[in-house]
Amino acid sequence: MIRVYLPAHLRHLAGVPAEVQLEVDSPVTQRSVLNALEARYPMLRGTIRDHVTQQRRPFVRFFACEEDLSHQSPDAALPVAVAHGTEPFFVVGAIAGG
Amino acid sequence: MSQVRVLVGTKKGAFILSSDGKREKWDVSGPFFAGWEIYHAKGSPVDPNRLYASQTSGWFGQLIQRSGDGGQTWEPVDNQFAYDGVTGTHQWYDGTPHPWEFKRVWHLEPSLTDPDTVYAGVEDAALFRSTDAGKSWHELSGLRGHGSGSQWQPGAGGMGLHTIILDPSNSARIYIAISAAGAFRTDDGGATWLPINRGLRSEYIPDADAEVGHCVHHIAMHPKRPGVLFMQKHWDIMRSDNAGDLWHEVSGNLPTDFGFVIDVHAHEPETLYVVPIKSDSEHFPPDGQLRVYRSRTGGNEWEPLGNGLPQSNCYVNVLRDAMAVDSLDSCGIYFGTTGGQVYASADSGDHWAPIVRDLPPVLSVEVQTLP
Repeated sequence: MIRVYLPAHLRHLAGVPAEVQLEVDSPVTQRSVLNALEARYPMLRGTIRDHVTQQRRPFVRFFACEEDLSHQSPDAALPVAVAHGTEPFFVVGAIAGG
Repeated sequence: MSQVRVLVGTKKGAFILSSDGKREKWDVSGPFFAGWEIYHAKGSPVDPNRLYASQTSGWFGQLIQRSGDGGQTWEPVDNQFAYDGVTGTHQWYDGTPHPWEFKRVWHLEPSLTDPDTVYAGVEDAALFRSTDAGKSWHELSGLRGHGSGSQWQPGAGGMGLHTIILDPSNSARIYIAISAAGAFRTDDGGATWLPINRGLRSEYIPDADAEVGHCVHHIAMHPKRPGVLFMQKHWDIMRSDNAGDLWHEVSGNLPTDFGFVIDVHAHEPETLYVVPIKSDSEHFPPDGQLRVYRSRTGGNEWEPLGNGLPQSNCYVNVLRDAMAVDSLDSCGIYFGTTGGQVYASADSGDHWAPIVRDLPPVLSVEVQTLP
């Protein structure tokens, strides 16, 4: 199971706790994880990545294993610890005031 | 006894203010969608419990929420606003062509006859329609495809389609307004559009009386006088008596004719309301005095209304969608400020009182008059 950690606004929108668990077929990548997340919680479509381009929204970041994976290819393999479910994949709203 | 329900969109959520017909005691519920910007929320005229809300965030994009129980519960519906066909370009701030990019929904206008049909005005400027209660959205691309579309340019606040007026006497006629392209009208249900900006004069654009490029802030219409339009332009209060074919200025004796809101009394089609703002560089009331101005003559002759409003040290703004009127016998007028106050008058503007004082900055105010 893949563990995905969501920011507060998206938890409230989807009606889920901070962390959700998903079945994701290999290879485990940003794209496959987000595809599974959006299939399970359709209300999240468009909130993390653009509907059409599938690009990450500018103020959303992806972290895992103490690394910023935001700028990696969406088709690059995620760390083994994420694929094994020992570490979560963090979807984070970028820091901003207001 | 009749009731009123005020739908308030703010920078940090939506609020619903409810009262009986006396409009003296108010129940405040919310925030709904806490932390999100609610650009606009509006109810269906034919099913008042059917509400639509535009929920948006710089982080997580656009959502549309729908309620079937007057705002007690909500559910997200489709949030995909895909431009129709080849996207094309408009002018960017530096004059270069810039591809149309969807940013947010500024305004939702439910149909006058069908609760499942609702129009959405978006930034970058385009008009969308849903006929399945928000489950899917389709662009009325004849507007953006108008020959002038490639010349449209955003104002400082973005290139938003912020005003949608449905003609109750002619289902094929819709008026819209865009910052900073101007006003447009369709007479064929949205297939083709005509710029309706003749008579407007804007010194801040290279050709002051150009066909497009005017920064229209808001337009209002009385439902029983659908050919008569009133406009708060960037500067100037304008009036058209022929469905926008020609405008003339009715700013008259206003202390300043800059502002954002304009509305019409529910029972008096020649009674108008505006909130004068000092200037385009100082977005607050003149002299720190918050005053609504009322004209009972369709413009030109205006009287200040400040009874109950702060008359010193007030430096708030009233944004374009933040004024509305109810349709009770004694017409109620409502407006919200960037300081988080929502003021109400139950007597056509003679006396005012705050319903709430400390909301987040108010982006929009709509009123429903309920049986």
